[in-house]
Amino acid sequence: MLAVDSLTKRFQGLVAVDRASLEVPAGSITGLIGPNGAGKTTLFGMISGFLAPSEGRVLFEGEDVTRVAPHLRARCGIARTFQIVQPFAGLTVAENIAVGAYLRHPRRADAVAKAREVGTRVGLGDQLDKPAADLTVAGRKRLEVARALATEPRLLLLDEVLAGLNPSEIRDILPVVRAIRDGGVTILMIEHIMQAVMTLCEEVYVLAQGKMIASGPPRQVCADPQVIEAYLGKGAAARMKAEDSINGEAVDA
Amino acid sequence: MSARDLLPAIVVLAVLAALPFLGLSGALLNFLVTTLIIALAGLGWNVLGGFGGQYSFGHAAFFGTGAYATAILQMKLGWNAWGALGAGIGLGALVGLAIGYLSFRAGLRGSYFALVTLAFAEVFRILANAADFTGGAAGLLLPLRPGLATLQFADRRFFVLLLVAFVGVALLASRWLERSRFGAHLIAVRENEEAARALGVDALAVKLRAIALSAAITAAAGGLYVQYFLYLDAGVAYGTWISVEALLAPIVGGIGTAFGPLVGAIALQGLGELTKHLAGGIPGIDLVVFGACLIAVIAFAPQGLLGLRPFRRRRKARDARAATVGA
Amino acid sequence: MYAPQILIEAALNGLMTGAVYALIALGLTLVYGVLHIINFAHGALLTVAMFAVWGAFALFHVDPYLAMVVIVPLMFGLGYGLQRFVIGPASHGNDNNVLLVTLGLSIVLENGLLALFSSDTRALDSDAALQVIELGPLLLSTPRVIGFVAAIAVTGLLWLVLNRTDTGRAIRAVAREKLGARLVGIEVDHVYAVTFGLGCACLAVAACLLMPTYYVNPRSGAAFVLVAFTIVVLGGMGSIAGALVGGLVIGVVESFSGLLLGDSLGQIGIFLIFILVLLVRPTGLFGARA
Repeated sequence: MLAVDSLTKRFQGLVAVDRASLEVPAGSITGLIGPNGAGKTTLFGMISGFLAPSEGRVLFEGEDVTRVAPHLRARCGIARTFQIVQPFAGLTVAENIAVGAYLRHPRRADAVAKAREVGTRVGLGDQLDKPAADLTVAGRKRLEVARALATEPRLLLLDEVLAGLNPSEIRDILPVVRAIRDGGVTILMIEHIMQAVMTLCEEVYVLAQGKMIASGPPRQVCADPQVIEAYLGKGAAARMKAEDSINGEAVDA
Repeated sequence: MSARDLLPAIVVLAVLAALPFLGLSGALLNFLVTTLIIALAGLGWNVLGGFGGQYSFGHAAFFGTGAYATAILQMKLGWNAWGALGAGIGLGALVGLAIGYLSFRAGLRGSYFALVTLAFAEVFRILANAADFTGGAAGLLLPLRPGLATLQFADRRFFVLLLVAFVGVALLASRWLERSRFGAHLIAVRENEEAARALGVDALAVKLRAIALSAAITAAAGGLYVQYFLYLDAGVAYGTWISVEALLAPIVGGIGTAFGPLVGAIALQGLGELTKHLAGGIPGIDLVVFGACLIAVIAFAPQGLLGLRPFRRRRKARDARAATVGA
Repeated sequence: MYAPQILIEAALNGLMTGAVYALIALGLTLVYGVLHIINFAHGALLTVAMFAVWGAFALFHVDPYLAMVVIVPLMFGLGYGLQRFVIGPASHGNDNNVLLVTLGLSIVLENGLLALFSSDTRALDSDAALQVIELGPLLLSTPRVIGFVAAIAVTGLLWLVLNRTDTGRAIRAVAREKLGARLVGIEVDHVYAVTFGLGCACLAVAACLLMPTYYVNPRSGAAFVLVAFTIVVLGGMGSIAGALVGGLVIGVVESFSGLLLGDSLGQIGIFLIFILVLLVRPTGLFGARA
């Protein structure tokens, strides 16, 4: 559904993303992980059209959308959420979601109905008429998802929707994400919380210092020495292996 | 829009239309005309500034264009007054589009947008003051010819009716903004442009349409001004006074609400008259009060008069906005 | 076209006016650089200072240059108080609100002066304005030369204050990183008010330098405010060197466009520069911040 082909982004001298490629198959939940500053959000920015790539291409359902403006990508069926939640603070929850719903429903009544339906689906049903500014962090994350979902996308880009939530809030929102995919929306998500990535994603890409260093099923990727080193520093994989064997011997003894 | 959405507007308009026929004195009629013209200009400002969050300090550029076009097309080209007024509104919208295109394309917002609009208005003022076809510094004097085709009425009460009709149309447009996709997009752009774009909103197009509509309404106020007072010079048409009045009315009345500009214009003009009355002939005293009102409203009532408790109905969301803005 | 002597005189006159413009812009750019706000009341505050100079002369026959000793601290205090007790609290930290509050303030000040002094134009009744310095074939007005030198000196002095004193370091710290400055114990509201006060003090100096050759009425400051904004935008918001260079450039541009287009159209050059800079390069020629 989505193919990213050697995308590069340079800011003045700095290379934030360096020839990164990935593929998101239709109907999947694909993860994008990597240490802080790896360039994940920059890559998202290029996929959603907010940043122009220095090189490379973004293909959506076979069409080259590399130079298409963000609002037109939304019309094509790509929606995104923001890592730093950005509610329309002066509006109610339902009105927030309706801004997304207006994309496919020009009439107010239809858009509002759609907004309430989507809001209920992500678990905001009893808060629809509250000011968006009154929502908790978890509520705002749900609102981000609901707004994007209301544009009726085929591809949903989730940028750290779980960050800042406590374990029970995370547990509550996981089924919401899965239900979105089961409803026919393909998902690409940036996530830090490995447990969530493990349970949700079929395929994971790892970005480190702008480069795509590994990809595959989550368990396999997590065992990859290169990935461990990217997260924990050089030599970490060897150390962990050594510790494992020491611990193993201790148990054996 | 449902009938219930329109009811308050219809009631207010009916009262305004009836007022002149209750035996008002000439001075009160003049007051009513000035107030309605400022309300109209403020309704225009409110489209861009209130709903769109783009604070213009130069709505005089549109007011003056509407006024000059209405006057010049009649005087120099012999146009019918209605046609001239229509053309003035259209030209105002075009000027709005041009200024908007240049400023929004350059990414100007906030203080920068305010300053650039002010500068555009000043450029127009200096040009109008120097050019020949605008009458230069001497100004233009529209000949007195009462009649329907010339849009002048021997009985000033009919001019009030005309103004009420225009204010009504502008109120309808504002009501529509509160209830339509375009309005939702405009407010979304005001609240968070990036998030709006991610939801498929063409932010530039939305802002351009908003400034065109805003400029058209304010240009109508300018055209009607010259039809009533029959005199125009660069300081009146493009002066900062109207830029300030056009933003004061909605901010004091209730920014981003349909009725805000009308309420604000009535309150401010009323207060201004009262001050002048109490203070005698001291020049500028009414404006001192206006300036103080502006500061007080920003400090204590960010949602304007309509946000105050007696007027408040399901306005919670807007209060929330004030709270986040204030944080 | 024009004789070289006329052009040179126009250029020198432009530079001398420009130096005072720079001083006015300096206050504006300082406030912007630190508080990140646009002080729309800057022009009206200049008018207040000019009336103060005029009042001191008319009532007590105080020489305008001597009046600096009193008027500069007074304007500093006024600026400090306005920021600390009016602009700061009223605008709830929102930039659009600051713009509107300072607009309100300018309306109050300008029309307050109008109510007190009427719209009459007043000048110092002194022959100091007529003294000239001969520089070869050129005749330069003495007060304007004094203005030029003093304006440059004050700019240098302000630079020293910002770079060599503790207060200056605190101001620059707040400009860079408000939260960090607060964390290390700098009282941000106080620093804001001091900065605003310094901006007003610059205006007071400018007023004392202007009055010997200029006049004042309640609208005088308004004529300077857009010029000052233009300079600040041209020089880069927040840049002191930018304000100085921008001021000199604008002074010369105004002088030449006045020469070529006449007085009424002459001002248009400044506005067009202003609009062009904003549209093409809003960071200005020196500034890095938009």
